[in-house]
Amino acid sequence: MRDAMRGMIVRRVLQSAPLLVLISVLVFALLQAVPGGPLAAYLENPNVRPQDIERLRAAMGLDRPLAAQYVSWLWAFVRGDWGYSFADGRPVLDRVLERVPATLELVGASTVLALCVALPVGVLASAHRMFDRVTSLVAVAGISLPVFWFGLLLQLVFAITLGWLPSSGRASFGANSFADRIAHLVLPVLVLAAVQAAAWSRYLRRAMRETIGRPFMNAARVRGVSERGVLWYHALPNALGPFITVVLLDAAMMASGAVVTESVFAWPGVGSLFTESLVKRDYPVLMAFLMCGAMAVMVLNLLADIAVRSIDPRTRGAA
Amino acid sequence: MKAGPRGGLLFLATLVVASLLAPYLAPFAADALDLANRRAAPSLLHWFGTDELGRDVLTRVLVGARVSLAIGVLSALMSAAIGVAVGAVAGYAGRWVDDALMRATDAMLAIPRLPLLMLGAAVLQPGVPMLILLVAAAGWMETARVVRAEVQSLSSLDFVQAARAIGANPLGVIVRHIVPGIIPAATVATTLAIGRGILLESTMSFFGVGVQPPTASWGNMLYQAQTAMTSEPWLAIFPGLFIFATVLACNAVGDAIGSSPSQRQAVP
Repeated sequence: MRDAMRGMIVRRVLQSAPLLVLISVLVFALLQAVPGGPLAAYLENPNVRPQDIERLRAAMGLDRPLAAQYVSWLWAFVRGDWGYSFADGRPVLDRVLERVPATLELVGASTVLALCVALPVGVLASAHRMFDRVTSLVAVAGISLPVFWFGLLLQLVFAITLGWLPSSGRASFGANSFADRIAHLVLPVLVLAAVQAAAWSRYLRRAMRETIGRPFMNAARVRGVSERGVLWYHALPNALGPFITVVLLDAAMMASGAVVTESVFAWPGVGSLFTESLVKRDYPVLMAFLMCGAMAVMVLNLLADIAVRSIDPRTRGAA
Repeated sequence: MKAGPRGGLLFLATLVVASLLAPYLAPFAADALDLANRRAAPSLLHWFGTDELGRDVLTRVLVGARVSLAIGVLSALMSAAIGVAVGAVAGYAGRWVDDALMRATDAMLAIPRLPLLMLGAAVLQPGVPMLILLVAAAGWMETARVVRAEVQSLSSLDFVQAARAIGANPLGVIVRHIVPGIIPAATVATTLAIGRGILLESTMSFFGVGVQPPTASWGNMLYQAQTAMTSEPWLAIFPGLFIFATVLACNAVGDAIGSSPSQRQAVP
């Protein structure tokens, strides 16, 4: 059994290699499409003479064929040499890494909150008609919310009008108390968690409904298991597999949500690094962000497979 | 049909008519400046208030609806076309064609959609038609997956096997026997894609890389309103409310089609 799992992991990692190559080609092609090419930042600078640009072009290997440039770019990327930020000249890897903890804090907190809402709501909605009507309505509203607008509204109500919570940032200047950190976390976590909880409760409800129609559920009822027991101990474990897969596959959506939320609340994470770099046209940082995002999605896909296999014995035999 | 989707359809129909008739309905011209009434709060004269140049927000919401709806609807139709083509070919051809197309679909799904679009828009600095292309290019994957699954289950059915057995042209089999079966699923996916396209456009415009001023779209109205949240919140509230209501209407209609009895029958 353990060997089967290891084989699956190795196969999936090998399968994702061509995917990563495809993505890197796409990202590299985007950089080539920048007006002025990779040296656009210098072309607009009146202090840089044309012969300097030619020299830079030769020094950076930009006069070589595109394919050769791509290979050396990819090789450097794999070794952790992600180039230097146009904005401040620091290594891109450093700029990304220093933002990671803030993003993990935000996404982690909102994921926990969203699961605390989505799990009970999804399970109960599958069994109680009236509760389902109400929560379905709220959930459709939740997935239709423009994230940035919802963030602005919360800022308007709770930070500007009522003054209960800080409107942006991760901590007040000079303050280092736990309460201050939590206060800063509340609004962005609410925004991100609202979107996640809405989508996830819908997935879980659907997975539960599909399970509830199956014969073993009636078998459990016939044996005298209570309705509550049938729901939580027979239906939920069977619905969890597909649910976890969908939640982890949603990682790309979460990355988009994090970009918007962090930017609206000036949360100093990777997402706001992306929008800051977008304004400055800092392409090396933007490319690194997309590559990291794609890799994160693939790692989470793999985790989803592993998680489903470990909680659902039926999937273990399948390739 | 239940109240939710019916209300959604009604809202969308009203919005389309109102935005088309905006020049006649709206109390002001879209770019008429009223410098005496700059940053005016909502009133009987200006229902949604005015912006920093004294332009009427209600008028701009109606005119902006044209851009936002056009991007949502056209990009959804285009991504439906791409998605149906990719999904149908992959599901029908099978083997390496299927593998290659689905790998490409997975790769597109693995890149976070919004950041990719924002980078693409920052690089290409698109006008509205190019923006529609970009949003469509980032939104066909869900349709392709749904359609592929449908085609796979349809092609195993007897009437399709029979058509293949008598040597019908594969393209003919797809068009005559498979495509009618995937229309319900593709319709649901397209309806949901309209809402998603409007959300994507407004988010991009909110970050300043989507529709560029002076053209009004709901997203770039919010981009301009962002700095004035404290003093003129109406500039942000009303355009956002329209984005929310429109996307909600699309999702309600899409859900209703997806769970209607005819759809359940059409999907074996």
